[in-house]
Amino acid sequence: MMKKYSVINTPIHNIDGIAKITGRAEYAFDIKLPHMLYGKILRSPYPHAKILKINTKKAEGLTGVKAVVTGKDTLGIKQGIWRRFKELCDEEILARSKVRYIGEPVAAVAAVDEDTAEEALDLIEVEYESLPGVFGPLEAIKQGAPQLHEHAERNINVTRHIEWGDVDEGFKKADHVREDWFRCSSQHHVCMETHNAVASFTPDKKLTVWTSTQSHYYIQVLLSWVLGLRENDVRVISRYTGGGFGSKFELDSAQFCSSLLSMKLFKPVKIILTREEEFMATKRRTPMFYYLRTGVKKDGTFLAKEGRVFTEGGAYTSMGATALYLTGFFQAFPYVWPSYRYDGYRVYTNTAPTSAMRGFGAPQATFCAETQIDLIANDLGIDPIKIRRKNAMYPGYEVPGQATIQSCGLSQCLDKIEKWIKSQGKLPPNRGIGIAAYGFMSGGIFNWFDTPYAFSSAVIQVKIDGKVDLYIGSQDMGQGSNTTMTMICAEELGVQVEDIRLHMGDTESCPVDLGAWGSRETLMQGNAVKMAAAKAKQQIIEYAAAKLSPNIVYDLDIKDRWVHLIARPERGLSYYDVVKEAIRGKDGQPIIARGHYTPHRKGMISPAYSFGVQAVDAEVDPDTGKITLKNCVTAHDCGQVINPLGVKGQLEGAMAMAAGYGFTEDLPMDEGKILNPNLVDYKVLRATEMPETKVIEVETYEPEGPFGAKEAGEGLTNPTAGALGNAVFHATGLSIKNLPITPEKVLEALKEKKKEEKK
Amino acid sequence: MEKQLLRITVNNEYHELYVKPKRLLVEVLRDELELTGTKRGCNTGACCACTVLLNGVTVKSCSILAMQADGTEVTTVEGLAEGGKLSPIQRSFLDHGAYQCGFCTSGMLISATALINEKPSPTKKQIKEAIHGNICRCTGYNSIIRAIKAVAEGKYKEEE
Ligand code: FES
Ligand code: FES
Repeated sequence: MMKKYSVINTPIHNIDGIAKITGRAEYAFDIKLPHMLYGKILRSPYPHAKILKINTKKAEGLTGVKAVVTGKDTLGIKQGIWRRFKELCDEEILARSKVRYIGEPVAAVAAVDEDTAEEALDLIEVEYESLPGVFGPLEAIKQGAPQLHEHAERNINVTRHIEWGDVDEGFKKADHVREDWFRCSSQHHVCMETHNAVASFTPDKKLTVWTSTQSHYYIQVLLSWVLGLRENDVRVISRYTGGGFGSKFELDSAQFCSSLLSMKLFKPVKIILTREEEFMATKRRTPMFYYLRTGVKKDGTFLAKEGRVFTEGGAYTSMGATALYLTGFFQAFPYVWPSYRYDGYRVYTNTAPTSAMRGFGAPQATFCAETQIDLIANDLGIDPIKIRRKNAMYPGYEVPGQATIQSCGLSQCLDKIEKWIKSQGKLPPNRGIGIAAYGFMSGGIFNWFDTPYAFSSAVIQVKIDGKVDLYIGSQDMGQGSNTTMTMICAEELGVQVEDIRLHMGDTESCPVDLGAWGSRETLMQGNAVKMAAAKAKQQIIEYAAAKLSPNIVYDLDIKDRWVHLIARPERGLSYYDVVKEAIRGKDGQPIIARGHYTPHRKGMISPAYSFGVQAVDAEVDPDTGKITLKNCVTAHDCGQVINPLGVKGQLEGAMAMAAGYGFTEDLPMDEGKILNPNLVDYKVLRATEMPETKVIEVETYEPEGPFGAKEAGEGLTNPTAGALGNAVFHATGLSIKNLPITPEKVLEALKEKKKEEKK
Repeated sequence: MEKQLLRITVNNEYHELYVKPKRLLVEVLRDELELTGTKRGCNTGACCACTVLLNGVTVKSCSILAMQADGTEVTTVEGLAEGGKLSPIQRSFLDHGAYQCGFCTSGMLISATALINEKPSPTKKQIKEAIHGNICRCTGYNSIIRAIKAVAEGKYKEEE
């Protein structure tokens, strides 16, 4: 018997590994071109103001300054990534008449070096007329609140309604109803590579932009639109991206301003955002106010749920519309709700726009939902695992009008976590284990970008020595999709990883893919790669068939570079020999094949869903309120694992980021000004704070995914805040519904509790 | 201000160059010597992405002036592999998947190298402390800790 897979499910070094550990990987951050200039961006100090006048004369006169651009130098196009809906395209990037958040770009300078450009910013005179601002969604939606955009009354940007079943009837039948309010904070992506771009416009009217992005295709399309260039006269190159997490697939100020300046000067211009700019003026996780009302039977059976959410949109739509949709859908995940009603409001505020971040609205939903489920279980005296098991989604379940669940390992995940919890025995005082169940999508379906292309495409060329050139459009920002695609290609074609040469990160040579967001690459780009590889394989097999199969019913396959009869694997030919003959036989043409994938008739949200359960063991110091993470165990169903090394890394990384969301990271503001825009005051988790992590794989087979694979890296951002909150609840009896769960909040709640007990 | 003469040995190569007194070491390494493996994540001494060895000791190259490094020997990530042969720490990072986007990796490798040079068998706690300053937003650190531990346990001894 041959092994089922010869490449898949073996831990493989990231194919970019050597470049990264020797310092040779060249990020856009590192690009230096001859005669390159350096740019800086002037940003609004006001949260809400009219721009009356901008005088750039003095700045232009400074020695070393080559050009200054303002909104007047643009086409004045209001752009947005939700291209399908004009009213959601609301951001100019270089404001012409009004600024709506602190940090909004108003001018940009190109100079011989960064210091000179910085100096020139001080010489630009902007006359503002300050307007009253509004900073929270609950205030901004009130009648009479200052209005940010003319078209948006009461600052309502997007609304979303989801409903199924008879919710009112469900509540009538319920034995127990709970109502809770939650506040979910913001979070910053904190990519280690800040946003940056090098733009080079040449006299033949062609623009090349090296940048750090999650989707070179989106940037190409958006840039060509706002600059008035032909789509394919804009080339976007992004070979390596130093982290993305949702922050790098919209057009950003570095890309736009460097392009504008370069078009004026016909010289390359580089702009790197400082860490402070990154915090103040790039997008961030959407803060949400959540109201949840839930009705259950005495035995814990879920009957009805009603959710209402107000999200702090910030000044522009960006990807926040998607976050509003997804948080509503994932609020009802991963359980069976006979009835559910959701109303979401995204509200404009005079703060930096909020948008996509790993988990995309689902971490907020999961925090609120999982916290409330533990409260309900506690009210009813039911075990947290049991109540979840009773209501868990299962394979074949249909979310009414929304989605069909195919593979689903949720109940196995619950079993594994239950076993682990039992193995821990009795915990010392002030220690608790909290759990949270979660799920996530494997790529989105809704075509809000309005692309005319397939969602993912791949091209393969097999050369005379058997080397395979694989061209993909997906972007590797560290999540490892380059390696995943190489493995899928090698497995399907029947060769090894070393036989593949990958081409990516360049709109000029790569087919279109929508990019790395919404956990779409493994399933969507993976399916496209698999299709292309299968077609290339077919061509090779055709040449071998004559020699190997005297009987027409014999099927052939290639595995580990061996072209063989499936029924008699020992009868075969070397892949390399067959390729040589095939190319000669085709009149010297290399073997070329294409693959593509677009989800058709796969519901409203995604073709497939991952599932999991996480347990967090935490200790709370009752004197200081400090939380220490001891252990974090996750049982996870991502379908067939492609690269075990990659999956483990994704899970651990997501957990660290999600724990940060749960208890250390926040963006406090004063009248729209972020108070901690640096890496000292903004607290990402450090190595010394990481708990032990354990990952238990629950393998299922997802029929929609390549080789049965589905989402693996993003969903795990969903459970941690909730599991952590529940651990604190079980350790102390305190339920904190306001993220992040800081020592101050714990102490405050402890004080309250003591007061209550005295009464 | 007038440029000054900087004499510096980087990855065993001696350089003489004229630099402005305000230039940071990281700028000279990246912009003048084109050693872009050393990254910048903050420029304010808070992330350690720019860590290099200065006479064998870790420094944040964004936090010292180039002229302060006059007459010293500097090792950057590009100097870890010799003649195409990866160092034990580098090989272990590969095997343990101790990097994702790779942007913190140079600084991590340097901090890890300094630790192993100084304490060949550190405890887990010492490993965590040695990389406490290095921010990694991708990996959650545990793969990095496992990689360093494996080297400390002698799993990557140089083959003779
Ligand atoms: S760049 Fe030097 S410490 Fe962050
Ligand atoms: S690998 Fe991306 S920051 Fe560490």
